[in-house]
Formats: sequence, C-alpha cells, structure tokens
Amino acid sequence: MKARVTVTLKPGVLDPQGKAIEGALKSLGVTGVASVRQGKVFDIEIDSVDAARAEAALKAAADKLLANVIIENYQVEVLR
Amino acid sequence: MRAAVVVFPGINRERDMARALTLIAGRAPTMVWHADTALPEGTDLVVLPGGFSYGDYLRCGAIASRAPIMEAVRDHAEKGGLVLGVCNGFQILCEAGLLPGALLRNAGLKFICRDVHLRVERSDTPFTRGYNAGQVIRVPTAHGEGNYFASPETLAELEAEGRVLFRYTDAEGQVAERANVNGASNAIAGVLSQKHNVLGLMPHPENHVETIMGSTDGRGLFAGLVDHFVQAA
Repeated sequence: MKARVTVTLKPGVLDPQGKAIEGALKSLGVTGVASVRQGKVFDIEIDSVDAARAEAALKAAADKLLANVIIENYQVEVLR
Repeated sequence: MRAAVVVFPGINRERDMARALTLIAGRAPTMVWHADTALPEGTDLVVLPGGFSYGDYLRCGAIASRAPIMEAVRDHAEKGGLVLGVCNGFQILCEAGLLPGALLRNAGLKFICRDVHLRVERSDTPFTRGYNAGQVIRVPTAHGEGNYFASPETLAELEAEGRVLFRYTDAEGQVAERANVNGASNAIAGVLSQKHNVLGLMPHPENHVETIMGSTDGRGLFAGLVDHFVQAA
C-alpha cells in the first residue's frame, strides 16, 4: 500500500528557505507568486492492506519522528 | 566531577569537549556510545556535544534524540542529574523534549562560524556559578540552524521563570539586532529546563578554554560545574 506524509511549517514559523525560493522565483520572472513555504514529502510503502491500520502507523511515524509538532503540521494520505 | 560525553555518529566536537573537561575538571570524561543503554555508574554530568549527528538528516538532532542512550539521559535528567547540550547537543535536547522550543535555520540562511558575545543572565545555576550575572563572554559559534524558536506562551514562561541563561549581545552586553547572529527569538542563545538541571546552548564554550585559543571565557562554565559538585559533596 502506498502512502504519503506531508510535513509543513506551522503558520507564523519563520521560513527563510521559503523566502529565498520566493525571491529566486521573482528574479526568474515567474509572476503571480505571492509567497512560498517549504515543506517535506515522505513517500512510504506500508505492509498492511488495511487502510485504517496503515493510517494509524503513518500517524505514529509522523508523531514520533517525521514531524516536530512544535514547529510543523503534518498530513497523512493512504494512496492505495 | 564525573562527566560522560555521548558520541553519536556524525558528531565532531566530542574531543574538544573531552579536552576542556579533562583540563578543567582534572578528570577525563567517559565517552558513551549512542547505542549504549546505560550511563556509567555515578555520572554527575552528561554532555551532548556539537557536530552533525546523522548528517543532520530529517531535522538537526531529530534522529539522535531517538537513539537508545537517550532513555538513560532522560532518566538522569528526571532524577535531577545535570545535562549540558552544546550546538547539535542543544538541538538534540529540544528534539527529545528535554528542553522547550526548536532550532530553526538561521534567519540569514548562512552557516555562521565566528566568535559571538553572550550575556550571562544569572549566576545562581550549576552552569553559571563561575560567572557573574550580567557578565559578557566571547565564545565561538558554528551552526546553520541556531535560530531559537518557541511559541509566544513558551517564551513568556521562559522569561518569567528566568530560564534564558545566555543571550546574544554586543561586546557591551546590549541586545542588538546585529548581535543576534541567527535571528533567535528574544536573542536566546541558551535555555534551562524547569528544574535548572538541563542546559542547551548554541555557541561552544569548550573552544575558549586555553590562552592559545585566543580567549578563556568558556572556562567559567566548566569551572562553575566543578565547583557545584565540590560544594555539593
């Protein structure tokens, strides 16, 4: 079973990397970009065929390691 | 003082730390491997040194904070034992939840490798009894992720409880935007746990302990710790 965990910085947490990317896009002439926030994506293969179990495992993975919940939010998707 | 220095893969300041401890405490620390599950019997001080544990993969200190030895470090801290984390060690302590907050990428995005001035906010802690409150010390710093962040509530709590132990200042001890090298909230360079027994700080006092290093301003931290255990004995 394929799954994806997306980790993003919480609103209000300074993201200097996102700002630098935003500036680079502007200097490349890409118009209409109001702001950029950088995050992380984890593509994960899950042994389980049970979607609920897979989701529980992914949440545990995110809480225990993939995200630092002081500064980051995460979202879990089971892709099947 | 019986010190234990924890060695994680990718750490590179453990020998500097051991040298400073040996020089000032007169006793070499025990080097403890990250995969060990116990600290040496009678350990007074646990030190998490600087470096790039696990190549800073995922987040600085994230993987090291889940290493087997960290359970023993947590037990030591819960019993009131002293823990010092420098640089990557500070990041590991935050990731482990032994200190509040997190260390973000430097506001200027650049790795900073130079001397900084720190104001010692209080001298009545085991880590700072070798200094005077308000004293300014000059120590080296070397990090890319030292920008201390905590929620406004946590920052207010840290300030109210006097748990900000070191702050980035200019040479005169004044907080200034230019002196806050990494953009840390409230110019915080070092914070204490609630029980004052766990300290994390970004700069490296262990690298300013001998005249040949250009300054001995870092000695006070180690000398103070030694004195703390002499007084307690």
